Amino acid sequence: MSDIDTLEPRTAEPAPAARKELTEALLYLDAVTVTFDGFRALNALSFTVDPGEMRAIIGPNGAGKTTMMDVITGKTRPDRGDVFFNGGTTDLTKLDETQIATLGIGRKFQKPTVFENHTVIDNLRLALKGQRRALPNIFRRESAAERERIDEIFETIRLTEHKDRLGGALSHGQKQWLEIGMLLAQDPKLLLVDEPVAGMTDAETAQTAELLREINANGHSVVVVEHDMTFVRDLGVRVMCLHEGSVLAEGTLDQVSANERVIEVYLGR
Amino acid sequence: MSTTQTRQPALLGTSGLVFLGVLVAAAVLVPILNLAISPDSAVHVPTYVVSLLGKYLTYALLALSVDLIWGYVGILSLGQGAFFALGGYAMGMYLMRQIGTRGVYGDPVLPDFMVFLNWKELPWFWYGFDWFPFAALMVLLAPGILALVFGWFAFRSRVTGVYLSIITQAMTFALLLAFFRNDMGFGGNNGLTDFKDILGFNIQSDGTRIVLFVLSALALGLGYLLCRFLVRSHFGKVLVAIRDAETRVRFTGYRAENYKLVAFVASAMLAGIAGALYVPQVGIINPSEFSPANSIEIIVWVAVGGRGTLVGAALGAVLVNYAKTYFTSGMLAPYWLFMLGGLFVAVTLFLPKGIVGTFYEWRARRRERDDIPGESPGELPGEPPLAEPKPAA
Repeated sequence: MSDIDTLEPRTAEPAPAARKELTEALLYLDAVTVTFDGFRALNALSFTVDPGEMRAIIGPNGAGKTTMMDVITGKTRPDRGDVFFNGGTTDLTKLDETQIATLGIGRKFQKPTVFENHTVIDNLRLALKGQRRALPNIFRRESAAERERIDEIFETIRLTEHKDRLGGALSHGQKQWLEIGMLLAQDPKLLLVDEPVAGMTDAETAQTAELLREINANGHSVVVVEHDMTFVRDLGVRVMCLHEGSVLAEGTLDQVSANERVIEVYLGR
Repeated sequence: MSTTQTRQPALLGTSGLVFLGVLVAAAVLVPILNLAISPDSAVHVPTYVVSLLGKYLTYALLALSVDLIWGYVGILSLGQGAFFALGGYAMGMYLMRQIGTRGVYGDPVLPDFMVFLNWKELPWFWYGFDWFPFAALMVLLAPGILALVFGWFAFRSRVTGVYLSIITQAMTFALLLAFFRNDMGFGGNNGLTDFKDILGFNIQSDGTRIVLFVLSALALGLGYLLCRFLVRSHFGKVLVAIRDAETRVRFTGYRAENYKLVAFVASAMLAGIAGALYVPQVGIINPSEFSPANSIEIIVWVAVGGRGTLVGAALGAVLVNYAKTYFTSGMLAPYWLFMLGGLFVAVTLFLPKGIVGTFYEWRARRRERDDIPGESPGELPGEPPLAEPKPAA
């Protein structure tokens, strides 16, 4: 029983053609292809995320943004291609969701997913980095350090006064923040954030951008998928445009939005 | 609503205290009313009623075990009766070995049904059952190991929802068919019965009956405390999180299947204990305990009392079984199953949270009205979220 939930991060075989990019990157995708029933969701997608970097990903519907996240977090196995984490030391394609989460990749879903029947503070307690095995958690007590950390996160996500409400009773925007807070509590190296401002008011959107910048400034790498251009501009980071499962353009938002192929894709040809 | 209010009651909330209080009162009063009051008195409790009440308590423990996994993890097991029956059989095997030469055939080792089948020696899996501690261990291990193996495969393959319910049902049905066979060595169709002694005490005597009743009350009380402790721990919070958003739990780094497995095995063991206490009080265990209909009935008890409340499960088990005793002994007997079915439909339609769940909801609403007049109760699960401006930074 006791060894069932032990988790051993497996190290991958030495990276092929040890490229400088690979060993320096936090996340490294090379020629990743995913096909669903003949539909090519990802088509030889390659990109890297550096430690401490924040990156925005845009792209029309069906460009493969969510599939990309599924591949990174272990929900979908790629047909071909490499996905490495931590400077090429860990092959993500061989791990499942739980192992990848434990390695330090947190994911925020497009639809806010919090534990609706738990209080806001319990949501954070559940997410907080720490013991994940079943039996020890029966007798677990919250430490002072953990309580402090939760207070800090509450300050960051600005939900302190809601901590005893049920997750399900929060407004849509508050749920989005709670979910970001849960990611923070996991203390991941890399946060994957899928459409964090969908359904938010302008003021909430601006606050979310500020929140993500703050998180990034604290040393977490962040990948944000978003449609909202004002928000992407607020983030002020490197932008990558996906189209038909591969990278169409990359650069600052101005560069990308001036790119003719990007305009073509977004406006139709 | 004030944000400082904590939604977590102490280890025992009011309802838990009331529940344990009633249980203690019953464990004290029933023996007194049986032993110290003259049989002519109106308040005398006859021994058969003591055993009947004891049976209800074992059912309540069984219901508790279902609530632990159904109410808190969302595992709708339609095979819980199998774990109950296995615990019962383990106890029944011990009781059979205690008969000794007092059986019809007077064989010192072989139970009557084996002599009848012309068996010459005791099958290996009957070894050790003449020793109570071994049998008691098997009461826990037989259901526990079945649950461990079954759950390991089912949860690891991520079988959930109605598919899981169906395979639990298939499991108990398969056991039903197996135990019906004489070759299995568990007494076939007739099961195990004609018990004489338990730990040297005559199983029919008033004293033994009362002790069994008190032990059932004790087991129910301890079972309740254990479940309560589990569901309030960090472990229990993960269970509820799995019930509500399993994918999120996986992405948070928990192995959902291991949590389910621990809860499932604990639940099976509780059911096994219930079965072991049930058998000496009713005097028989046979394969019908494995029948799928039995397991479904347990679900009805829990639904009536209130899923996910623990206390409600126990209450539902006692209420429905009291009704069953009442109606099946009169002229309404042929209609009992219709009434049970009707009850389930009615509860699903009109009282989806069951008796205790509905009471909790009513109490929470009343408290909120009393505490902060003028504010809408936006904090209950299922209420629409407050459309309020977000907090200032």
